Amino acid sequence: MESAILSLLGAFLLSIMGLFVFIWSLRKGLLVENPKAASAIFVAGEIGHTDDPALGRGDQQRFQTAAAESGDGAHTPDQHEVEDRISADRSSAFPVFMFIAFACMWLLFGGIAGLTASLKLHMPDWLVSDAWMTFGRIRTVHLTAVLYGWITNAELGLIIWLMPRLLRTPLMGNLWIMLGGALVNIAIASGIGAIGAGWSDGMEYLEMPWQIGIFFAAGMVCIVVPVLYTLVNRKVDSLYVTTWYHTAGLLWITMLFIVGKLPGVHFGVQQAAMNWWYGHNVLGLWFTPVAVGAIYYFLPKVIARPIRSYNLSILGFWTLAFFYAQVGGHHLVGGPVPGWLVTLSIVQSMMMIVPVLAFSINMALTMRGRMRLALYSPTLRFMMFGGAMYFLSSLQGSFEALRSVQRVAHFTHFTVAHAHLGAYGFVTMVLFGAIYFMMPRILNWEWPYPRLIAWHFWLAAIGITIYFVGLSYGGWLQGLAMLDETRPFMDSVAVTIPWLQWRSLAGALMVASHLIFVGHFLAMALRFGPNRAGAALFAHPSRN
Amino acid sequence: MENEVKLTAGAMVTFGIAVAALVVLPYIQVRDVKPPEGLKPYTSAELRGRASYISNGCVYCHTQQPRSESFAPDAKRGWGRASVPGDYVYDRPHLLGSMRTGPDLMNIGVRQPSKDWQLGHLYQPRAYVPGSIMPPFPYLFELKDQADPDEQVVTLPPGTAPSGKVVVATPEALDLVKYLQALRRNYPILPPEPQAADGAKTSSSTRPTPKPAGAS
Repeated sequence: MESAILSLLGAFLLSIMGLFVFIWSLRKGLLVENPKAASAIFVAGEIGHTDDPALGRGDQQRFQTAAAESGDGAHTPDQHEVEDRISADRSSAFPVFMFIAFACMWLLFGGIAGLTASLKLHMPDWLVSDAWMTFGRIRTVHLTAVLYGWITNAELGLIIWLMPRLLRTPLMGNLWIMLGGALVNIAIASGIGAIGAGWSDGMEYLEMPWQIGIFFAAGMVCIVVPVLYTLVNRKVDSLYVTTWYHTAGLLWITMLFIVGKLPGVHFGVQQAAMNWWYGHNVLGLWFTPVAVGAIYYFLPKVIARPIRSYNLSILGFWTLAFFYAQVGGHHLVGGPVPGWLVTLSIVQSMMMIVPVLAFSINMALTMRGRMRLALYSPTLRFMMFGGAMYFLSSLQGSFEALRSVQRVAHFTHFTVAHAHLGAYGFVTMVLFGAIYFMMPRILNWEWPYPRLIAWHFWLAAIGITIYFVGLSYGGWLQGLAMLDETRPFMDSVAVTIPWLQWRSLAGALMVASHLIFVGHFLAMALRFGPNRAGAALFAHPSRN
Repeated sequence: MENEVKLTAGAMVTFGIAVAALVVLPYIQVRDVKPPEGLKPYTSAELRGRASYISNGCVYCHTQQPRSESFAPDAKRGWGRASVPGDYVYDRPHLLGSMRTGPDLMNIGVRQPSKDWQLGHLYQPRAYVPGSIMPPFPYLFELKDQADPDEQVVTLPPGTAPSGKVVVATPEALDLVKYLQALRRNYPILPPEPQAADGAKTSSSTRPTPKPAGAS
């Protein structure tokens, strides 16, 4: 008991100290809103000029009218700076298209694998004749395809597209980046093949055999180095918060993967601790910072208003970097690992409330009085949904780490529902919104069927809602049944069946939304529908 | 350049702290853990079975980490005492698991030592446990008109195998069952750390004499 309190206190003090060190290093006051740095994403005179390339021209006009506020219209965007941005976009177009195309393919494939695995849980005698079809493999194929194939490819594309834009400099080392992308995707495809054939390293999130992982790590290095090179050659004075999140995320995932995959080092319970340190950090130090960075760019850019407080966003960055990196141990509550480790992770999970609130308050203040704009802009709709789910899933995650909640929720489908709220409700929805914004700029072509974007949004949003609510409830019932020693174990299986069926329905809605999305993407890439007039890359009323 | 340096250095510092806390410190703490005297290394057949436990993804539904009675009634379900780091010294990779769609298997060899039951249950779980959602593994078995003399015929409840055929276990299925039978962590362990750390002299004198492991 005494050692528990001591370690709790130690962890708390360490966290506070770390926090102050970084606040000190920032030197600027936290309560200063710093509007100049927050406006770094706009060219001179651009504030007030809304920008959502996912809209057709007529809709852009309506959106602009709806977003108009007093004081607008006095300026027109500086055309020289706009030209810089166009050339930055052009420099990255081809590699970004490659990453997004791979991401779409893996999304479709991984979603179908996930739906298959979901159906197998309540139809256990379906598709059992061959080894590759068994639940344990299809489920892992799903995980590898969506985590590494979809989210990682889409986030790499997003980073490589935003980096030159935010740094106002062309992307450097395109060929290296594309070589890196090829290596990463070779690794993902081989990893999935290996898992299907039964060759797996056996640890969750780290199933890809390390021999194949070498290609993944080499690919990431080929991508990180040119991005850092572009960064040091920047033409802007100060870095926008998105660049902080994205650069750090790239470095983190590369290091994480290399440490996690080191062959022959990890063993026994230490390996379990490492496994969950890695598993949670893939979400915490790769998916989350990149998606949060994306919201910090796209949300203010679409509505043409800078975020409310730039310095608060930087506080959010450093607290996330410090606290999130240490939360993984809460996956081993009650397990045979040292107690201080679990306690440390629980404390840091609760501390995660700080960066989440920093983000949410900032976004809420930025959007205050402008919520209705979501009716007009599809990108904004995805971003707002994703941002809200980040708030919910992070808050849920903080409390889920507590021992009292874990007693019920641990080892049940409740955790699966939580993981999907984060990875789908938050990260994937943000990535959808970002792709809808980016593709017209990359291909210089409009989305051919704007109504499909609305269908995609609603199917995905309703799908993940049913998924989360149903499976959380079913998982909670499962946990209660398991805790009650008077009930046989099979009770805990039986209570989940209806909710597993709901989950399959939800998964079917999500897969349907992916079919629409990927079909729309293909139609655009194959040049269906209307062209854009020249490089009509920016929606200013003057140009129309 | 100042920002870039701050960014990369800061990101690496926070990362380094996390590696130190969650990877390096546990490594230092458990690297000298000795295997309990009742725990034997896996035989090569058991290791082959363990490899098919991994390749078929059993770990995604079955944990191997019973928790203490103060936390959950795992022991009352017959899953065994709370496990300790020493129980896992031969485990590479670890198979602690994160889901209990099915029961904990840390002591399945104690709870269900029968080879016939294990083979039949792998062939069709619902013939033994109604309402089970575990997948059957027919690809670990062969259907034959007649078994060769050295082959293991699986005895199944009536109506489970196709009529006129016998179900024969492949070597992979036999190894997997050997691994499951080896999952027996019912040997005694040293008392948990707080008591042992009370004083160096008591820790050696209160140490229980290890009993012969298991019933076998």
